[in-house]
Amino acid sequence: MSEAARESRRAGRLTASPAILLLFIWMIVPLAFTVYFSTQNYLLLDPENRGFAGLENFSYFLSSSSFLNSLVTTLELVGSVLVITVVLGVLISVLVDAKFPGQGVVRMLLISPFFIMPTVSALIWKNLLMNPVSGLFAWLFQLVGLTPINWFSDWPLLSIIIIVSWEWLPFAILIFVTSLQSMDQEQKEAAQMDGATPVSIFRYLTLPHLARPIAVVVMVEAIFLLNIFAEIFTTTSGGPGDATTNVPYLVFTQALLEFDVGTASAGGLVAVVLANLVAAALLRVFGKSLTQA
Amino acid sequence: MPALKQRRQIADTVRAICSWLIALLIFFPIFWMVLTSFKTELGAFSMPPEFFFKPTLENYREIMEANDYLHFAWNSLVTSGGATIVGMLVAVPAAYSFAFHPTKRTQGILTWMLSTKMLPAVGVLVPIYLMARDLGLLDTRLVLVIIFALVNLPIMVWMIYTYFRDVPRDILEAARMDGATLFQEIFRVLLPVSRGGLASTALLSLILNWNEAFWSINLTTTQASPLSALVASFSSPQGLFWAKLSAISTLACAPIVLLGWGSQKQLVRGLTFGAVK
Repeated sequence: MSEAARESRRAGRLTASPAILLLFIWMIVPLAFTVYFSTQNYLLLDPENRGFAGLENFSYFLSSSSFLNSLVTTLELVGSVLVITVVLGVLISVLVDAKFPGQGVVRMLLISPFFIMPTVSALIWKNLLMNPVSGLFAWLFQLVGLTPINWFSDWPLLSIIIIVSWEWLPFAILIFVTSLQSMDQEQKEAAQMDGATPVSIFRYLTLPHLARPIAVVVMVEAIFLLNIFAEIFTTTSGGPGDATTNVPYLVFTQALLEFDVGTASAGGLVAVVLANLVAAALLRVFGKSLTQA
Repeated sequence: MPALKQRRQIADTVRAICSWLIALLIFFPIFWMVLTSFKTELGAFSMPPEFFFKPTLENYREIMEANDYLHFAWNSLVTSGGATIVGMLVAVPAAYSFAFHPTKRTQGILTWMLSTKMLPAVGVLVPIYLMARDLGLLDTRLVLVIIFALVNLPIMVWMIYTYFRDVPRDILEAARMDGATLFQEIFRVLLPVSRGGLASTALLSLILNWNEAFWSINLTTTQASPLSALVASFSSPQGLFWAKLSAISTLACAPIVLLGWGSQKQLVRGLTFGAVK
């Protein structure tokens, strides 16, 4: 090996190692603890009575009806928001792609919700819009002679889905609009000359062009949506009953409300496995789009 | 064909109007929040809603006078800024290594880094909480700085890596031929030519940290709580302070929304790791 090549390798290793080391510790140490705690009987309020529990925590967590329920809630939440944001995102992006007066302002308005902190958007929707007595929606319903909906009691999960979709739709629009700008305009015009309808242009030119950005949006959103917490914490606290308790929220209640370290750890590991299953499934479908730069 | 041209013009007009309507609809909750922040508490709760009213700065004055807001804003600034600085200090050298001194394992390491983002926060909540407690770090800004920096590190490395990859290698090699040290090569040549990418990476980190709520809510109580946790504390129905909540929310979100508006193009690239251009 030449002196220069050796020098380059040394420089590469020197500069990469802090990040690799830190991330390795960040990943492995807490995870190892979580694995260890998950085999323990460990209540924070009663730390004396600690002992080996085997797989008891897992069987307790997995067989509880709240787990199955939270799993279904998680998948419903992630799935609905993905469908809503991708479908509406594509339609809106195609709509605002053409040149018109104030296009720049329209785009700024469209992407703004993405920058609002989740706790703020949850509370604004809950108190100012969806409040059944004095929210704006209640007023609109009364205006047209309908009974206002009691959103968070009657449609709790739907309410959360609306709020989270509102937060993530701008992200989809942001990505799709950017991607549409790189579309081949000549091809589109040629198709128009040949008498192609807007629908067939959308179907055979626009949609295939958007395949890759759609894959990216699904991947990135899935990572964040599996972890939805603040919106639930600030609006329904998982209720009524456990109607809006997703897996992250369930683990949170086990850990910091019931102080059951063992069960919470087991639940945390289940969440890790769940996320990896979803990620693996998504990677299988969309993986190529992400790695080819 | 004047008829066709006319039809097209109508279609364009309809399209523009629809675009504006949808944009205003999506933006409306934010507009309503800002509007409510200038109402009295009574006005914020009134039915039918007030659209025209005499705006008041009372809510903003009360927030400031209670000293609460500034305390939490300072925590937000220190934790998100501190974590961004720490993150950049670690991410830049790593991205430099992956972009300019790649080995056979580089792609694998990059994928592995991204996969740590797949680790749900709840999966490690318990041990992090207990470690923070045992080290006396609960409710300190330091613990948030450390966690924010680590959580975003993979995204930062990836983002800077995609920018560095586009820097022509000749520039760095020329500098090395001229006898530049590793230090000079990075600081005199690489960083200046990629400052745009570095700025947008820092920006994205700042935005994500500023809005983060999971760790903030779970690891802090009052001393080190950032604005996201302060807002969350309004979720308990301890009286109806909608106007004040709106004022705090407006102040908490304004800087980030402005930053976001100013940098949307670069953000797309960062958020998709360069997969969409």
